Amino acid sequence: MGVEITTTRLEDAAKWAKQSTLEKATNWGRKFSLFSYPFVTACCGMEFMSVAGPKYDLARFGAEFPRFSPRQSDLLMVVGTVTEKQGPAVKRVFDQMAEPKWVIAFGVCASTGGFYQNYHTMPGVDQVIPVDVYIPGCPPRPEQVLDALILLMDRIQSGRGHSQLRDKREQLIASASSDEG
Amino acid sequence: MAQKVLDALKAAHGAAVDRTASAHTDEIAWIKRDQLLAVATWLKNDAAMLFDAPVFCTAIDWIDYRPLDRPPSEFWSEDKPRFTVAYQLRSSKHRHRIRIEIELPEADPKLPSLAGLWPAFNWQERETFDMYGIRFDGHPDLRRIYLYEEFVGYPLRKDYPKEKRQPLVRRDDLPMNPIKVAPMEHK
Ligand code: SF4
Repeated sequence: MGVEITTTRLEDAAKWAKQSTLEKATNWGRKFSLFSYPFVTACCGMEFMSVAGPKYDLARFGAEFPRFSPRQSDLLMVVGTVTEKQGPAVKRVFDQMAEPKWVIAFGVCASTGGFYQNYHTMPGVDQVIPVDVYIPGCPPRPEQVLDALILLMDRIQSGRGHSQLRDKREQLIASASSDEG
Repeated sequence: MAQKVLDALKAAHGAAVDRTASAHTDEIAWIKRDQLLAVATWLKNDAAMLFDAPVFCTAIDWIDYRPLDRPPSEFWSEDKPRFTVAYQLRSSKHRHRIRIEIELPEADPKLPSLAGLWPAFNWQERETFDMYGIRFDGHPDLRRIYLYEEFVGYPLRKDYPKEKRQPLVRRDDLPMNPIKVAPMEHK
């Protein structure tokens, strides 16, 4: 025992990056069939509708099916201002989602709190859940959203999403301690 | 036009009215809080008044008040009443309006609730309580309306720290030994 892998240190990077063929194939499948759950709270929602609509068409990238139940989705899009009062709700939605799961913070409000700096707004949704990709902009252009989606797909393929890294870390800890034992 | 309203109010309840003012087509009467209920009942029911439409209820915190180019000491001192509660009323029958204001000291920010007379003030008074901590005596359900019950203090009071947050949840999944990043060297 006594194995502790808590950071992504440089010397570990090679270990982390190694993927079996099966993992590669699974991740390839995952990245083209994202089921998104839009957690829409504010004005950014308008821009989300425009990306999801026919003109910019999020569906071209395989993320075409917004599910309105977190249990059927694996991509949480936090779209808009999140207040401290909503914190428990966001966390609960995230906890209910199917593993492995990814989070996009859509707009400056969801990323950092934006121009709100006061008693009621959470300074970024990453205060309560891990975020994979942040999209700046108030609201972001649809092109930025598509760019973020492609970034996220790259991440999923290389296994660098938060929940994928966590699984990998657990695997490494398990294999390291079984090596010792 | 509605100066008539102020005159009638002073004739009927002269003792309850501190002072009156007219500004920007608004008629304002400052009312003593122990006679607020009597005055409000009269405003609602008197045939010449008939204020049937409650417009808003809010509060003002005067602590450290001053115009931008003047020192606060000229305008604000500890012994002045810190809060003002304002009710705006309108009559759809006579088409006149009035604002009644009640001044409250910091130590005892309490006044009778008007939610019994105008039910629309129910939530507005809850909001005023939520944001300023003004107590409305006789309110049917005086709880916070926007903020959560765990919240301590009243955020729209001017002495509430501007950036003080009171989070309900925070993350618990961060690594126990976070990476220490050495400061970057600029060449
Ligand atoms: S980032 Fe701008 S557009 Fe988006 S929710 Fe915040 S204020 Fe609204």
